[in-house]
Amino acid sequence: MASTAYTSQSLPAEWRDFWALTKPRVMTLVVFTALCGMLAAPGSMNPVLAFTAILCIALGAGAAAALNMWYEADIDALMVRTARRPLPAGRMERQSALHFGIGLGSFSILLMGLAINVLSAAILAFSIFFYVVVYTMWLKPRTPQNIVIGGAAGAFPPLIGWVAVTGRIELMPVLLFANIFLWTPPHFWALSLFVKTDYAKAGVPMLPVVAGLKATRLQILLYTLPMAAVAIAPWPLGLTGGLYGIVATALSLVFLFYAAQVAVNRETDQAKMRPERTLFRFSILYQFLVFGALVADHLVMAR
Amino acid sequence: MTDEEIRRRQRSRAIVMALLLGALVVLFYAISIAKMV
Repeated sequence: MASTAYTSQSLPAEWRDFWALTKPRVMTLVVFTALCGMLAAPGSMNPVLAFTAILCIALGAGAAAALNMWYEADIDALMVRTARRPLPAGRMERQSALHFGIGLGSFSILLMGLAINVLSAAILAFSIFFYVVVYTMWLKPRTPQNIVIGGAAGAFPPLIGWVAVTGRIELMPVLLFANIFLWTPPHFWALSLFVKTDYAKAGVPMLPVVAGLKATRLQILLYTLPMAAVAIAPWPLGLTGGLYGIVATALSLVFLFYAAQVAVNRETDQAKMRPERTLFRFSILYQFLVFGALVADHLVMAR
Repeated sequence: MTDEEIRRRQRSRAIVMALLLGALVVLFYAISIAKMV
């Protein structure tokens, strides 16, 4: 049989590329925080429905990520960190990513509404809209404060998890939302410090590109203060026990220490920005441990 | 890229799609049971 030459654009994309569109690594933290929100909520839930709720949140996050990659394909092609993604690498047609994102998002919202409750489906829909339209399309290309407001998009999962169980919004899941919301700027700015040239090349007005290294480092420290306060707040408010309080306080102090090291750092060579890399790595671990402590505390209190 | 490569990709996508549809059938059945209990 004669073989025919195809361009990469006419090839059907591999399923792995669709998987990559969902940003599986980001989804890990989304699923984890949503699960913790569910486990920390008062009341119980059928395991099948709990699995369905987590699945919907994961699919919703995947849909938002796919639509983000669809919209930012041109920008991704200019940055080393993102140039190998399916769209900029030419392994997939742009239209396929759009259809995949809209299909996946619609399915996740519909299933959440039918199987769990309408309020959690509404928040899921709003979070996808917020990430794709408000953050990706509106804020990110326009303002260095993009990540401050856009951080709300990633803060919804524990709130959705909680609402999936209880059917209502309460103070505790709002504090969990606020924790991730205030954690996002120091987390992302630490990253943007050591990939600054990437963002500058792509014309994305990230804070280090617009305001400079010194201002960004100071902002990281300033945002860490309310983040730590919100992370510890459930303890004095009587919403959690001492286990969570002690772990959250200890981890927040470590976070503050690393943020202070970043604030006093004067290194301009991205390859040598060790405090920034340390803070970025620790910030991910921080959320896993804080939310893990929340669940552990809930289980201890329930006994 | 050759016809073989095209067929291989189509086959792997079809298998993944079939597995996903099968999983959805099981999930919808389980949700129906869970909602009835």
